[in-house]
Amino acid sequence: MEPNPSSAPFPGPVESVRGAARDNLRTEPKGVRIAVIAIALTFLGVFVVLPLVLVFAEAFSKGIGAYFAALSDPEALSAIRLTLMVAAVSVSINLVFGLMAAWAIAKFEFSGKTFLTTLIDLPFSVSPVISGLVFVLLFGAQGYWGVWLREHDIQVLFAVPGIAIATTFVTFPFVARALIPLMHEQGTQEEEAAISLGASGLQTFFRVTLPNIKWGVLYGVLLCNARAMGEFGAVSVVSGHIRGETNTMPLLVEILYNEYQFVASFAIASLLAMLALITLVAKAFLERHLDEGDEQHDH
Amino acid sequence: MTIEVRNLVKRFGSFTALDGVDLQVADGELLALLGPSGSGKTTLLRIIAGLDWPDSGEVTIDGENALVRGAGERQVGFVFQHYALFRHMTVFENVAFGLRVQPRSLRKDEASIRARVKELLDLVQLDWLAGRYPSQLSGGQRQRIALARALAIEPRILLLDEPFGALDAKVRKELRKWLRTLHQEIHVTSVFVTHDQEEALEVANRIVVMDKGHIEQVGTPGEVYDSPATAFVHGFIGESIMLPVEVRDGAVRLNGKALDIHPQGAAPGDVTLYVRRHDMQISAAGSGALEGQVTHVRSFGPIQRAEVALSEGAAIIEIDAPRDRELRPGDRVGLSPRRYRIFAA
Repeated sequence: MEPNPSSAPFPGPVESVRGAARDNLRTEPKGVRIAVIAIALTFLGVFVVLPLVLVFAEAFSKGIGAYFAALSDPEALSAIRLTLMVAAVSVSINLVFGLMAAWAIAKFEFSGKTFLTTLIDLPFSVSPVISGLVFVLLFGAQGYWGVWLREHDIQVLFAVPGIAIATTFVTFPFVARALIPLMHEQGTQEEEAAISLGASGLQTFFRVTLPNIKWGVLYGVLLCNARAMGEFGAVSVVSGHIRGETNTMPLLVEILYNEYQFVASFAIASLLAMLALITLVAKAFLERHLDEGDEQHDH
Repeated sequence: MTIEVRNLVKRFGSFTALDGVDLQVADGELLALLGPSGSGKTTLLRIIAGLDWPDSGEVTIDGENALVRGAGERQVGFVFQHYALFRHMTVFENVAFGLRVQPRSLRKDEASIRARVKELLDLVQLDWLAGRYPSQLSGGQRQRIALARALAIEPRILLLDEPFGALDAKVRKELRKWLRTLHQEIHVTSVFVTHDQEEALEVANRIVVMDKGHIEQVGTPGEVYDSPATAFVHGFIGESIMLPVEVRDGAVRLNGKALDIHPQGAAPGDVTLYVRRHDMQISAAGSGALEGQVTHVRSFGPIQRAEVALSEGAAIIEIDAPRDRELRPGDRVGLSPRRYRIFAA
């Protein structure tokens, strides 16, 4: 280490006191730091880690055999199938429309743009239960379209279409919100370059726009999927809880729990918890790619 | 290919970007659109390219109405200030893009595309970068790739929007020279936008000076520099001394005192005298049109720059004098403009 000329006449303690004083200027005293970190960790432990561990502990409380028996129950399998199907449908729909909305908002100027942006956020600001009730009002027997639907023998409410529609509504903002800032930041110059080089609108979209936002798209799809599989409130209102038909995994968890079938209930819950963990890891991975994209852009 | 623009008007909300612009670009020309920001030069370029549409007016390219065609159909090469390279494609694929998106009937086979891209990368002297991504290139390299990409479609005209605006001073100078040489080689009609007068003077065959949506003057670099048509051009191009004076009883007056300066037909009233710094001739005290005292002298290169406090008024002006005439702070000198223009104040 190079000797510090200014401290040369006062070696040792004087320097270390100064160093400590400097540290204190920069940050809180050590005791405070430790206390704050401890509080944060305790909070996280009690409210996040402990419940998560309990889910798995309960699920496996009667052994692995009981766990897999609970999961292979026809009702459980039906709920898993339904959840996957609803997620596939609503994520696909939201992918297409979220992309369109983000494309329109980020790349074009038009009147009513602010209104559209606000509208996209609406599902986030409305309680999911209210969202579900809206669809009961629309599609229910006494609802606006109820009579027409019954005349044409189309079952929406208390059936798969209703669940898919409610889930799609609740999860709509994810893809659009992941893409709008990204597309906004990237601007329209690459698209303009593509157009002036003779590319058609579709060529521009698939060869220039989409590759530039692919990580953002995956990010939006990931969050959208997590919410679609986990949605409870809105789905609960429109599902009708028909066992083996219109119960998704979150709904089944509640039903089984209320029937004191704790192992079965927590076994299903553990699947949702695993989905959450996988989502978390994938999210961290995608965020790193998005950051790299930013850096490339800055250079 | 020629370009002709007639009475072009473009408004963005209440802001008028182009206010009745007429312009002819001759075949094979390298034309600069020069002006401060907000003068409408970029808007004009984008309208010619088909990236913006005018509110009224006409644009013809080679005698054909260009406004009925989209940007992709005009066969115009466009180079952006911030390069706009496709960030997820290699340099090679960037240059090949225009060839790959052609309709199937016109599209070349893979071997011809490769040959053409190679040829273009050779032209911009960057063939060794073919496999890199844009983020791995320097600014100057990116802009040369952007140019190669624009040339790939064999454009009828080449449009460049502040092509060197985002580069540092040294690279900018190199690229200017390079662009001029390249233009001599390929001879495609080119229009570039710049706010840098030096760039315009150095690169272009002809300069269009714009301000507030109007064309102020069109001429060769020599013409716009030596005989500015308007006060704006005089002030914008080259360094000018601007002295507020007055025309009364047929004489140019500074604080009432008549000067040995011709009013050039200016109407009586307040006017401004424009003189290039190097056009102010220094003579012995008492022998010039103006009188003053040197307050400060700096010497660099072939000139010395002197600040002179005029005795007639409180104004301090900066003049450029040759090094051979010795000047010292405190010297009293006479000043006579060799060349000057008088414009309404």
